Amino acid sequence: MAQLIPIKVTVNDTVYERQVEPRLLLSDFIRHELGLFGTHVGCEHGMCGACTILFDGEPVRSCLIFAVQANGHQIKTVESLGSPDHMHPLQEAFHEKHGLQCGFCTPGILMTVVPFLEEHPHPTEDEIREAIDGNICRCTGYEKIIESVQAASEKMSSGK
Amino acid sequence: MKPAQFDYYAPASVEEALDKLAELGYEGKVLAGGQSLIAAMNFRMARPGSLVDLNNIPELSYIKPTADGGLAIGTMTRVYAVEHSPEVAKRFPLLPEVAHYIGHAQIRRRGSFGGAIAHADPSGQLPGIAKVMNAKCLIRSKGKEDRWVDAADLIIGPFMTVIEYEDLLTEVVLPPNPPRTGSSYQQVARQNGGYALAACASVLTLDDKNKCQDARLILMGVGEMPILSDKVKEILIGQEPTEEAFKEVGEAVQSEIDPSSDLNGTSEYRRDLIRVLVPRSLALSLERAKKGS
Repeated sequence: MAQLIPIKVTVNDTVYERQVEPRLLLSDFIRHELGLFGTHVGCEHGMCGACTILFDGEPVRSCLIFAVQANGHQIKTVESLGSPDHMHPLQEAFHEKHGLQCGFCTPGILMTVVPFLEEHPHPTEDEIREAIDGNICRCTGYEKIIESVQAASEKMSSGK
Repeated sequence: MKPAQFDYYAPASVEEALDKLAELGYEGKVLAGGQSLIAAMNFRMARPGSLVDLNNIPELSYIKPTADGGLAIGTMTRVYAVEHSPEVAKRFPLLPEVAHYIGHAQIRRRGSFGGAIAHADPSGQLPGIAKVMNAKCLIRSKGKEDRWVDAADLIIGPFMTVIEYEDLLTEVVLPPNPPRTGSSYQQVARQNGGYALAACASVLTLDDKNKCQDARLILMGVGEMPILSDKVKEILIGQEPTEEAFKEVGEAVQSEIDPSSDLNGTSEYRRDLIRVLVPRSLALSLERAKKGS
């Protein structure tokens, strides 16, 4: 019998208590156990960045962490950013600037960029390119993504 | 893919971890940052029976100055913390320079300094950097005396080290560099964060007559493990560090490397890269050594 380990994890400010097998990836826990399908799973070996979430405020790959390791930790997924009626300024900017095409990579990019903009409120284009170098957009829509991040930084720093 | 089944243990102290590793023996494997191990497990290239997770042991994360002016880094210190530590930047600017090229920011937030060294990936940067910095590794295990192993003796093959199943690499100590030492890192990769096709790092120390007192060079991605060059010492120590001498080193190290071919680059191409990167790195290290950094 596989081990089952009780965990208590806070996801988007809600506390969840579950029993998990050690081999369950945090990405699969978020999607299949909690039903939060905003976190996407692309490559499952840390290359694509689609599954990026915030783990105690830090952007990490949820496919390279086991759910059991999240015990006692704070997780934020893309669902924490906003709703269709009240979008996060970053989401608004992606909407306005066409920062997504198929949208598969978008959650990972948003969760990478949110903490990046906190540390770099006025990023240069080069800084933005580097910040998202761990996220692959297979539609290759990088130019629009960069414009969106720039627009978001302007929105957020002007407080609109 | 998904990892195969395993048992999971999360000790809260180093002593508990050593007990567990001793008990599990061959079945046990240490889980540090997991940024290589979990990827390998997802592919089922790695199928450990049990994992001993170090992430709940706060005593393994630290960057502490040593009495002689070096630094001691706890094995679970995240690469991101090393990259952004003012203490590290002041004493060993080579480390943040290199760390910047390791994977992506999201990987460095989670990946651990000691774990990357113990993993001994021939394409990874930190095992080679530990060698060229003359790092000393503290290995502990239950019922045995603590062992200090030079990074140069730690790695014995691709993904192979002298660390046994019941052992734990707990600390990496970086000895101080003499004054008038400069260092630098050079690599060529297909994309940001990708594995380097070839890379090298050099550490040069000048004497008071501006001759090479010491010269260290590590060659990475061009053999089964990071290669610490002997040729660089033969050519440079006691000599004037000139552009011609640096080019000569780039040629001489060709006999020390054994790059393989893959779809990203042929063996010949990697040799050419080393021919170019080595003199570049040495020139940059010289410039920095002159400034006394």
